[in-house]
Amino acid sequence: MALRFEVLGRFNRARAANLTLPHFLCQTPLFMPVGTQGTIKGLTTNQLEEIGCQIILGNTYHLALRPTSELIDELGGLHKFMNWPRALLTDSGGFQMVSLLHLADITEKGVTFQSPVDGKPMLLTPEESIQIQNRIGADIIMALDDVVKTTITGPRIEEAMYRTLRWIDRCIAAHKRPNEQNLFGIVQGGLDPVLRDICVRGLVDRNLPGYAIGGLAGGEDKDSFWRVVAQCTAALPEDKPRYVMGVGYPLDIVVCSALGADMYDCVYPTRTARFGTALVPEGVLKLKHNVMADDTRPIDPTCACMVCKNYTRAYIHCLVTKDAMGSQLLSYHNLFYMMKLSRDLHSSIIEGRFPQYVRVRFSAEDGSPLYLFLSLSHSPCDKCSYGHLCLLEGAELLGSGDEWFHDCVCQFSVDWNDLFSLFPKGDVPEWVCNAMEVAGIDISSCCAPFISSQE
Amino acid sequence: MKFAVKAWSNGRARTGLLHLGNYPNPIETPALLLPTRKGLPYFISPDLLPSLPSPDSHLLQVCPLHFLEGLSPKTISKIGGLHQMVGLPEYGFAAVARDSVQCLPECNSTNKVGASFETPCGRLLIKPADYVEMISSMKPNIWATLADEVPAWVSDKRNKTSVDRTVRWLDECIALSSAGGAVFGSIVGGPSVEERERCAQEVARRNVSGYWIGGLGLGESMDERPALLNAVTHPTVGCGYGENIVISEESKEHRALQRKAILQEEKPRLVCGLGLPEEVLQGVAAGIDLFDSEYIYHLTLGGFALTFPLGGVGINVSSFDPNNLGSDRSKINLRATIYRAYPTWVLTRKDTSPVVENCSCYTCQNHTKAYINHLLNVHEMLAQILLEIHNTHHYLKFFSSIREAIKAGEFEQFRKRFIESRRDHLAVAAVCV
Repeated sequence: MALRFEVLGRFNRARAANLTLPHFLCQTPLFMPVGTQGTIKGLTTNQLEEIGCQIILGNTYHLALRPTSELIDELGGLHKFMNWPRALLTDSGGFQMVSLLHLADITEKGVTFQSPVDGKPMLLTPEESIQIQNRIGADIIMALDDVVKTTITGPRIEEAMYRTLRWIDRCIAAHKRPNEQNLFGIVQGGLDPVLRDICVRGLVDRNLPGYAIGGLAGGEDKDSFWRVVAQCTAALPEDKPRYVMGVGYPLDIVVCSALGADMYDCVYPTRTARFGTALVPEGVLKLKHNVMADDTRPIDPTCACMVCKNYTRAYIHCLVTKDAMGSQLLSYHNLFYMMKLSRDLHSSIIEGRFPQYVRVRFSAEDGSPLYLFLSLSHSPCDKCSYGHLCLLEGAELLGSGDEWFHDCVCQFSVDWNDLFSLFPKGDVPEWVCNAMEVAGIDISSCCAPFISSQE
Repeated sequence: MKFAVKAWSNGRARTGLLHLGNYPNPIETPALLLPTRKGLPYFISPDLLPSLPSPDSHLLQVCPLHFLEGLSPKTISKIGGLHQMVGLPEYGFAAVARDSVQCLPECNSTNKVGASFETPCGRLLIKPADYVEMISSMKPNIWATLADEVPAWVSDKRNKTSVDRTVRWLDECIALSSAGGAVFGSIVGGPSVEERERCAQEVARRNVSGYWIGGLGLGESMDERPALLNAVTHPTVGCGYGENIVISEESKEHRALQRKAILQEEKPRLVCGLGLPEEVLQGVAAGIDLFDSEYIYHLTLGGFALTFPLGGVGINVSSFDPNNLGSDRSKINLRATIYRAYPTWVLTRKDTSPVVENCSCYTCQNHTKAYINHLLNVHEMLAQILLEIHNTHHYLKFFSSIREAIKAGEFEQFRKRFIESRRDHLAVAAVCV
């Protein structure tokens, strides 16, 4: 065991903690960007530190192919190779069983991949995966699990779950650096609660430093997704970190955190950036659209990142999908956004305002962010000649009224984030409502439009 | 914009100080303009720019044609101009219609109405009025007037037309533009010394703040170039290959050269298309102050990192290192497997060194050749970012050493040593084979 997990605050099932790893002291809940091949696409390690990244993922399968784990070991481990001073986590190569299934052959021994680089077969056994990860040197390493797509049915799921349990013992036996690297087990079992339960118990028996909930985020319906997460978080030990693999969308992260998960990873923020999509409190902003060509507002007026502070949507629009700089700037913003989300989750739980945070993420208390502001201030702005009228016109005026908006907001100490919401019309999806009910967080005010009550 | 010449070496090479209104520190010339794509470097993001040498790195080139694919002049004006739009209020921008990578002059389609360019949006005809509209919305510190650039192989008639047009467009641009930004008059003339001289004389008569020398890097050979440059800056009979003439400040030749200058000495000269170090040295020798070059961009895309020694010290032939294969001692190709650092079960070689030892750029301070080799191998964008940072840093230091040599009055020696040392390795390699 090479980590310490200390819960600092709770709200029902949600928890905020300090996760101390060999290379860095992290605060959970946290999101981990994915740097598959030893780099986050388009960003330097300097920028990642500035943004607030705590842990980065590397991928065993890809790094073993290029530049090879032996080389990384020779050069002092992945931390030194890419010059990243904070924490690293390596995936075992298990996910490639799903993503590269057409190139894979799975047996009890391990997974045989056909290399996409040179076509040669590459056998990845639990022992081999752990040895590669030992050489790479990440703070957290993942067990090799037998991963199946959640959209399939039948006996394969059960086979994969039992095999995962048999493989965890082989992983534990092969692990040569338990005092420097933490081996996490991964719960499999598809969408079947019985299978999931057997797997959780089996892994908990092995007393591992941390546990991951795998096999999700693969196209299953959301209602099944949250139920599996809820079941697993309820059964996994309280005093160890819980990592939901492949999640994802900001909404999913908020829900899973409410249900008691701590760690997340996904390519989504950086990948969607390269397609010209920015993450904003209301959801997403597609900068490729022609309407952006003369929109002189920042991507997100509430965001403090250097992209939102210096650039307009119009300029980013002319860069995205055409110039490398567009990818870089959007990736920077999107990761900044995810890191802020992580920090907000952590601090709102510790400061005892987690339910309020969730509620305002979903919708403003009384149906519109601007009405909320109006009801607090009781007077029209003295800088903007429209007065009350401008508020009625909604979000369009934010572009011309930024300054007064900011001044007034400061006066009443309303968090910028509170003023924008994912579901301003109150159309919160049913699965979210169900999940929040289990998590014990009351979002009934978000689910109906224009409630006039205030906190 | 204000410019003043400070020192001379060997008659024509000069250092100067360029003052931009929006940046407190003056920039020394000869200086390099960093190439940009839509106002920002190709790969170095704006928060990484401050790590480059300052104030050297504060001059950027911009091509207005880049914005034709998606950003109207109206929107640019609404945002407040180029500096505001790209978030670099303290940087100096020089706008030139041509960028030597993607917006290339298409002389066959150019006509009396406007100049034609091949761009990512297709072939476009840019009229002086359109060009001035773009410039007015962008408000760069410096801008070159619209020119009809022709390659070296055109007919005399076409070449003459290009000079006439360029001068006419110069007048149109000046007439159409509102005050703001220093106008650099464009001088063309293709491969003809006489036409170049004629054009220079015409432009010198106009009220411009500086000169942009165009039409170079479009097919003329390096040997032909000094004559073409000197035709513009200092035409002197029989001085076609001036790089071997060493002239002292007080000599009669120097005074003769001064008298024959067409362009006003106190106005800066900007040239496009001179990229290689040898070409830059040619330009400096002819009295050029500002260089717009895409050399760094091409190097970066190719996976090259500049390694030539700065300060003009020649390489001792006897110190030839047989392990330095894959390099010509001026740059290294980081895609070469020799930089991979093979693990011990293949070869005994561990390479954890930076691209250039003791280089103070972000890349060399933080990363190794082995890592960059890996990034290139797996096609990761970070490779180009790191290479552009190093190459820009290195090239800016090269310009710095040029300025030092001029100030010490030793420019011609510096140039000679530099060129000789770069040819040394060829001689040695030939012997080894």
